[in-house]
Amino acid sequence: MSALAQVGYVARRSVLRTARQPANIIFPFVFPTALLAVTSAGLSPATKIPGFPSDSFLAFFLAFPFIQGALFATMNAGTDLARDIQSGFLNRLALTPLRGGALIVGQLGGIAVLAFIQNCYYLAVGLIVGVRLESGIVGGIVLIILATGVAIAFGALGAFFALRTGSGEAVQGLFPLLFVGLFLSSMNLPRNLIEADWFRTVATFNPISYLIEGLRSLIITGWDWEALGLAFGFAGLLAAAAMVLANWALQLRLTRT
Amino acid sequence: MAQAHGIEAEGLVRTFKGGIRAVDGIDLRVEPGEIYGFLGPNGAGKSTTVHMLTTLLPPTSGTARVAGFDIVKEGPKVRTAIGAALQEAALDSLLTGREHLNLQCALHGIPRSERRARSQELLERVGLTLAADRKVGGYSGGMKRRLDLALALAHRPTILFLDEPTTGLDVQSRSALWGEVARLAREDGVTVFLTTQYLEEADALADRVGIIDHGHIVAEGTPAQLKAQIGRPTVEATPADGATPEAIARILERFGEPTGGSAKGVAVRLEHGVSDLAGIVRALDSEGIKLENLALHAPSLDDVFLAKTGRSLEGAEEEEAEVEA
Amino acid sequence: MISRPKGRFRWASKWFDRSAPTATRARPARPDAGTASGAFWSVAFAVAWRVLHNVFTTPSLFLPGMIFPLFFFTAFAGGLSRVDNIPGFDFPNGYTAFQFVFVLLQSAAFGGVFTGFGIARDFEYGFARRLLLAAPRRSGIVAGYALAAAGRWAVTATILTIVALAVGMQVGGGGVDLVALYALALIVNLAGTLWASGIAMRLRTVQAGPIMQLPVFLTLFFAPVYVPLALLNGWLHSVASVNPATSLLEAGWRGLRSAERAAL
Repeated sequence: MSALAQVGYVARRSVLRTARQPANIIFPFVFPTALLAVTSAGLSPATKIPGFPSDSFLAFFLAFPFIQGALFATMNAGTDLARDIQSGFLNRLALTPLRGGALIVGQLGGIAVLAFIQNCYYLAVGLIVGVRLESGIVGGIVLIILATGVAIAFGALGAFFALRTGSGEAVQGLFPLLFVGLFLSSMNLPRNLIEADWFRTVATFNPISYLIEGLRSLIITGWDWEALGLAFGFAGLLAAAAMVLANWALQLRLTRT
Repeated sequence: MAQAHGIEAEGLVRTFKGGIRAVDGIDLRVEPGEIYGFLGPNGAGKSTTVHMLTTLLPPTSGTARVAGFDIVKEGPKVRTAIGAALQEAALDSLLTGREHLNLQCALHGIPRSERRARSQELLERVGLTLAADRKVGGYSGGMKRRLDLALALAHRPTILFLDEPTTGLDVQSRSALWGEVARLAREDGVTVFLTTQYLEEADALADRVGIIDHGHIVAEGTPAQLKAQIGRPTVEATPADGATPEAIARILERFGEPTGGSAKGVAVRLEHGVSDLAGIVRALDSEGIKLENLALHAPSLDDVFLAKTGRSLEGAEEEEAEVEA
Repeated sequence: MISRPKGRFRWASKWFDRSAPTATRARPARPDAGTASGAFWSVAFAVAWRVLHNVFTTPSLFLPGMIFPLFFFTAFAGGLSRVDNIPGFDFPNGYTAFQFVFVLLQSAAFGGVFTGFGIARDFEYGFARRLLLAAPRRSGIVAGYALAAAGRWAVTATILTIVALAVGMQVGGGGVDLVALYALALIVNLAGTLWASGIAMRLRTVQAGPIMQLPVFLTLFFAPVYVPLALLNGWLHSVASVNPATSLLEAGWRGLRSAERAAL
């Protein structure tokens, strides 16, 4: 059986599992939308700060749910895999001719499907409440592709953590860390408008800032190739590194001969 | 499904962190079509042995061949030949029984055209047709074990590893599973390697039993051979009101050495076997001792375990630290 | 004799009594139970000690309640400090002090909610039953959890205050104003504890966590979190205008302003 077919079977199972856990569906849809509503309304006066790049904070902040949705993907991929390890299901899979790489890629395939649906939803919410994409329809497609890529990258990170620790709790513990990473970025204000020097420095070194800025550029700027290049670059790097790490962790976990 | 090779292991050792030797030089041979019962308390090394034989854990030293393939050098071939239901019923609570079987068949490369029929056949075989489209999260312990067994059989393996398949099951589910395992061996010629901590399970199912303790096999043979090594039955007398256990013990000790009886009773292993029984009754009667009960116990595998390790199997359960993988 | 407590926590004992077996409801009072209030406080302190001991010796229980307020304070006060340049932002002590009040009240509320998680865990794993059987005054159990929540929050509030002062928060109010600010937060903490305890005792599972958290989270965030009420517009202004959390925040801001400015 081809590796691609194996990926397909694992991905199908991953999608089924996700679809059957209402919390996995509801949280990625409800929480980012709620935070988008509250924060964009609460910080709407921030558009009056001199130099603010948009006259709509909602448009400026619309990149946020895509990244938060990706963090949920991390949790889903990680906790599902950790549950497989804890329940012994991974051993069952290990006794089949399933290739290790196919397991990870299949798992992420399921995440990609969910992330794609999530991202279409976030974009639809934005469009419904009046956001207009400066990059047009093609920009919208690129936005979905980039956001789904980011979700895959974070999902691989979650899979790595799950395989390394074998514990759902440990994966859950990763979420606050990533959440902190999200908040210590240019999520709320453009980096040049962050007043506190230390915060601006942290945000500059924080790769999440570039992911957000790439997504944001498609919404409020148009085609900013530098922002897009950095976002795709960081997403690709993160995905590649996390995949290599996850594969390595799987080899350690599956000591099968 | 008869096959030429069973399981052979020589000097199998597995050491864990901290120098714990969970399996400490095991030699065993399981003939094709045989049901081999691997009996021992928790932490004795049963599961570690199964993990090594199923290629999920490389041995620290020693060699083994399963279905004719080396477990270290030919892992994929071993996995193709075996089916395994490991200690934890490794199921996904969110999938249905049928989805599990379809996935298992797909991952084993069974053609799509055959998968549906094979899944249905296995569901019928383990009596899960009515629950086939329900999520496994709602299954009882017995149903999960049966599905686990069906999954292990999906690709028609010639050797089946069952790691404590009936732990935690009620009597009815246990005997149903025993029936299916026995049928697999007798009718389909599947070799079964079964670990258990239940004496009656090994006694009822296994053609041969290996008793493992602290990573060593301390006794091996058919249940009858093992019991014959102990040979002599025990008799246990429970005093009626008014009779003292001490008086009974004084008489019984003339017929054999004391063994642990129940809380109220006095027990001895008979020196000359069942023929001592008449003498015991006469002696008790002549002393005017009234009994509530007098029972003769044939030797059990627990007696074998006691004789080989100095502990009873139940007692050993409590003593053992869990070191299994 | 039925050892049903009287007084302030009688309402709470109703929950506990409902969960107890009939036999234990009617058990005689212990001869060594001492006075009613003595037994009450004895139970309360014992429960509080146990909860605090668990919390402070288990990093996974202690750290989230400690780190999250510090994190929110850092992210909001640090990342959004330019917000005080918005025309009309009139909080005189700067954005750090403005955010400090929100984070202090939020930490108080969530300190109570986290304690509710512990109660739910105790019910789910059966420890609550042990408490119910052992405690001569069951109302003391709720008081114990509340004391523990306050104790836990006191540590968080102390560290938060030290951090805020260290990063240059300006305090304009006098001693009385500050005492009032912390007393207000303590009441919020008690309210959070009682809310979460009610849910925990009713549902008796840690899976009730989101039900404990979400209303508190929404109530706090549907308030003027980032800018004063006057600067809000649209639906959030309407919601925040009727949200009781807005009054709490405004009262808290007064605690950090100088008396003159507050009068203004």
